[in-house]
Amino acid sequence: MKVTVTVNGSQVEAEVPDRTLLVHFLREQASLTATNVGCDTSSCGACTVLLDGQSVKSCTLLAAQADGRAVQTVEGLASGDDPDAMHPVQRAFRAEHGLQCGFCTPGMVMAAVSLLAENSSPTEEEVRSALEGNLCRCTGYHNIVRAVLAAASENQATAASERQA
Amino acid sequence: MSILGTRVVRTEDPRLLTKGGTYVDDMRLPGMARVTFVRSPVAHAMITGIDTSAALAAPGVVAALTAADLTDLGPPPPDDGSGPNEAAPLPLGGPWSEPLLAVDRVRYVGEPVAMVITDERYQGEDAAELVSVDYEALPAVVGYDAALSGSTLLFPAAETNVAISGGAPADDSAFEGCEVVVEQTIENQRLAPVPMEGRAAAAIWEDGKLTAWVSTQNAQITRFILSGVLGLDPGAIRVVAPDVGGGFGAKVGLDRDAILVVWAAKHIGHALSWTETRSENLLGMTHGRAQRQTIKIGGTRDGRIQAYRLDIVQDTGAYPRMGGFLPFLTRLMAAGPYDIPNASAASTTVVTNATPIAAYRGAGRPEATAAIERAVDLFAAEIGKDPADVRRMNLVPDGKFPYQSPCGPVYDSGAYTGALDQVLAGAGYRELRAEQARRRERGDVLQLGLGVSSYVEITAADAEGGETAQLIVHDNGTATVYTGSSAHGQGHHTAWAMLVEAELGIEMAKVTVIHGDTDLIPLGTGTYGSRSLQLGGVAVHKAAVEVKEQARLLAADLLEASESDLELDTGSGTWQVRGDPASSKTWAEVASHAGDGGLTASVHHTAQPTFPFGSHVAVVEVDTETGKARLIRHVTVDDAGTVLNPILFEGQRHGGIAQGVAQALYEEVAYDADGNPLTSTLVDYAAITAAELPSFELLTSETPAANPLGAKGIGEAGTIGSTPATQNAVIDAVSHLGVRHIDMPATPERVWAAINAARGTL
Amino acid sequence: MIPATFTYQRASSVDEALDLASRGEETKFLAGGHSLLPLMKLRLAVPETLIDIGRLRELSYIRDDGSHLAVGALTSHHDVATSDVLARELPLLAHAASQVGDPQVRHCGTIGGSLAHGDSAADLPAVVLALDATLVVRGPSGSREIAAGDFFRGLFETALEDGELLTEIRIPKPAAPGWSFQKFTKRAIDWAIVGVAVQGGNVALVNMGQTPLRATAVEQALASGAAPGDAAAHAADGLTPSSDFSASRGYREHLARVLVGRALTESLTRA
Repeated sequence: MKVTVTVNGSQVEAEVPDRTLLVHFLREQASLTATNVGCDTSSCGACTVLLDGQSVKSCTLLAAQADGRAVQTVEGLASGDDPDAMHPVQRAFRAEHGLQCGFCTPGMVMAAVSLLAENSSPTEEEVRSALEGNLCRCTGYHNIVRAVLAAASENQATAASERQA
Repeated sequence: MSILGTRVVRTEDPRLLTKGGTYVDDMRLPGMARVTFVRSPVAHAMITGIDTSAALAAPGVVAALTAADLTDLGPPPPDDGSGPNEAAPLPLGGPWSEPLLAVDRVRYVGEPVAMVITDERYQGEDAAELVSVDYEALPAVVGYDAALSGSTLLFPAAETNVAISGGAPADDSAFEGCEVVVEQTIENQRLAPVPMEGRAAAAIWEDGKLTAWVSTQNAQITRFILSGVLGLDPGAIRVVAPDVGGGFGAKVGLDRDAILVVWAAKHIGHALSWTETRSENLLGMTHGRAQRQTIKIGGTRDGRIQAYRLDIVQDTGAYPRMGGFLPFLTRLMAAGPYDIPNASAASTTVVTNATPIAAYRGAGRPEATAAIERAVDLFAAEIGKDPADVRRMNLVPDGKFPYQSPCGPVYDSGAYTGALDQVLAGAGYRELRAEQARRRERGDVLQLGLGVSSYVEITAADAEGGETAQLIVHDNGTATVYTGSSAHGQGHHTAWAMLVEAELGIEMAKVTVIHGDTDLIPLGTGTYGSRSLQLGGVAVHKAAVEVKEQARLLAADLLEASESDLELDTGSGTWQVRGDPASSKTWAEVASHAGDGGLTASVHHTAQPTFPFGSHVAVVEVDTETGKARLIRHVTVDDAGTVLNPILFEGQRHGGIAQGVAQALYEEVAYDADGNPLTSTLVDYAAITAAELPSFELLTSETPAANPLGAKGIGEAGTIGSTPATQNAVIDAVSHLGVRHIDMPATPERVWAAINAARGTL
Repeated sequence: MIPATFTYQRASSVDEALDLASRGEETKFLAGGHSLLPLMKLRLAVPETLIDIGRLRELSYIRDDGSHLAVGALTSHHDVATSDVLARELPLLAHAASQVGDPQVRHCGTIGGSLAHGDSAADLPAVVLALDATLVVRGPSGSREIAAGDFFRGLFETALEDGELLTEIRIPKPAAPGWSFQKFTKRAIDWAIVGVAVQGGNVALVNMGQTPLRATAVEQALASGAAPGDAAAHAADGLTPSSDFSASRGYREHLARVLVGRALTESLTRA
């Protein structure tokens, strides 16, 4: 079938088998390979992307289910790999050493972005709970949690200064 | 001020955070086809027939290969009669030979039987289902006792399931004078490493050269293995380790599956790629641990340990790849950080119808620490003393280093008692004990448990093999490091660049670090066993020192000064005549002045193993009605010598702690009585998540090692220390109810059953 | 892993969905897909046709109808969990929905999908049992209402006939406000080993048999005036939970007693 998805603001249109999973559509048809596949059972969250702004596991969605909708991957968060141009969550992951091998990172970052969109100032416990569907094997989660909390603080500070201005 | 020891954020991260890494599955080779394996669905069976005809007729199928197609490979090496060598992974060949594709017998669920090659990934799973394999079931050998009984043999020609035995014979006389002797059989359960990226390989055969991209911890070892198996000259093979999504010991070299992918690319002349699914990963990637241990500890009633004995049965799974080596390491470290007059260990390695066992974070040493740390707690409980006090009484005193362990190794340096006291103070141990007493007094449902563990481990156990580094300073003033170490998350690119900046004053941004490409780095060993900084890092440091001395001559020539008058200002990265800043020459100018050989140095650094140490305190809450244990605090001192970059150092500890806690409380690979895996997805294999863990409390202790960087290894220490601390904490929480021991993982049901059993006997 | 080949069809209305279902064999409705797609990837489910009903906004709503709440079958767990109306009127349902899976699963998974899947280890089937919900289904011959107590028939088996679609969950406003949801897992992300939903004197159990169950022995004891602790002792009476890798039967029975006791105690604090 023909599937058209707005990925990171650009339309990607392709004829794919009906059973094509969204994650493979992103990796093959959209040539965006940051989003990884880490399991078969929606357990690990490595494939997390935003679908119409909400975090989803792209290995457990058909590309067809995203047809006509908007997907954001980690590649769409920043305009480049210049540290200054990075999204606050990306910056915080770097500053707090929230990644090691990098494989879970794109999904982890998108899960964090989605969390902060729903809860701008989460507690540590809320962060840990919100990331329960994203496995990381390197960091012990310690610095990931710190990074999400730091990004939340930065957002709060930015919002406060914007209010003042 | 030197950059060394400072908190430098990683240079690796912007790319990983914005574009993602380039892992094997991200490679796009021209005309690339996909490999899908057909794996055994049964634990033990004879293969009576394989029919690939239906698969060959399926859409997109390029080839379907079985053992019968492996005609262009040499036979496995002949049995040279020397038998297995326990100090090294077992060789292929002989009666324990492991085939690439199963020939006439399968020995574990997940064993590769055939491979299907298709144009598209999606076609592969469809076609693989069409390969028909006839199995004639054999009884499955599941568990230690079934293996030891020998009633069913995995390798009939070997006439036993015991692959190798070793160690010191038991000497009961050591326990004769002891006032107290405690014995316990414990199980160090089978674990799955679960790197977030599973195994993967891609390969292409072009113009007489084989290029393989392998998700591996060591490109050079991978090339060595491929060269041997494929019968190709090493020069005809290029192995590249692209970004690797975690390894944890299970990606040392490459497995038979990946060898087959590379072989098939040459055999059918087609670029190929294979990335395993998680279900395959949980069955096919080697597992870790899997020891049944019998411990015996004896001493005086006031707490002095006089004798310790460890007897190990190592389940090595279906093929004894590292089955001798892992218990060898366990035996080596059996006595732990304690000064015990009589300590010894022995092991028996058996084959079973389960996934083969190999290295997993700690590789033999966590097993040693788990055993003795349980033993010390059992001993302390028996004599009614606080386990921390018993530890302090028996730790190797500071004045005894270097310390000859009765189990073999010489511990290089340490301050074991200081680490223990520091962690107890940091945790507020006395206060916690008081809180525990209050909860016990009240009979709270939620009881508090404190677990202490002290450890010493061996890192860079094969330090005599060393590691390589080449440093080049280019005539534009930038530098390139070629390292034999092989990063897969550890941050080597940041750390090695820091070493260059510290020694030469060439700022990190101008230093490129390259690893994992045998065309560029033919000689190297890679990353495992917590070896990288103390071997690969020291090699980089030594190369920088050599380059500096070469540069001094060049600068002297340029400035027409005596070399003894020249100094390097590492702040500005310029050479100057002492006392004359105006005379400065940049690295670009100095390097441009070098001859045809350029400004470069190559180092192969060899050394001796080092022995990091530390103490952990775990605090758990146990719900005594449901048995559920939850880690609420984890405080550690991990002393691995001088710290190069605290950010990276802490990251290694965090990850290690989490994997250790996971073993203590959650993770286990399980099989049913027929050898069918019960944990083949991440729904059933309980990989630890953020929601199960607290933030960790890391304390600092640095006792320099005897190498130029003062560094010991830190990759595995967190796991080694945290596992027994957490296990001890759970048992401590319910010890007042009469519980003496609970095997790992201390699942709610296990804890509940232990409480019930204790109540029944009280 | 990849699902076996199937034909994908997308419905733009309930009528179209029913029409598509009536024309094929081995069809399955695809809502959020978070129960079905994992099974298809493991090839434990191999439908020939998937009818995607995920776009049917007409089935995504939460409405206060006075005496009862009406929740459209395609309302996501996230929307149920964050609904102000439900937080006020049916906190048991809202809270239980917040415990399903993880945030990503809650963004996709739907209440109707979860109920129609009929997994006794899932949280929401027991919750709608405890809430005396009525399930509204539409089929080729019109619509009918099924009491939650009659809906769950066996292991992954419901009262839905071929071609029938669950459209709405209708839940009476509880007469007794006390509620509790106890989900016992090893890891936060796991399916419940045992779960308990309590609303007033209604007590339902997760994963204590082949279907979600009402703990009738507990309810009878409560009705005859037993104290919570005494009533909870009957939590496993007459039940035959499974023994599997997650837990033995005996442990499940024990957990049911402990968790029912805790749930009843907590519900009293909210009464």
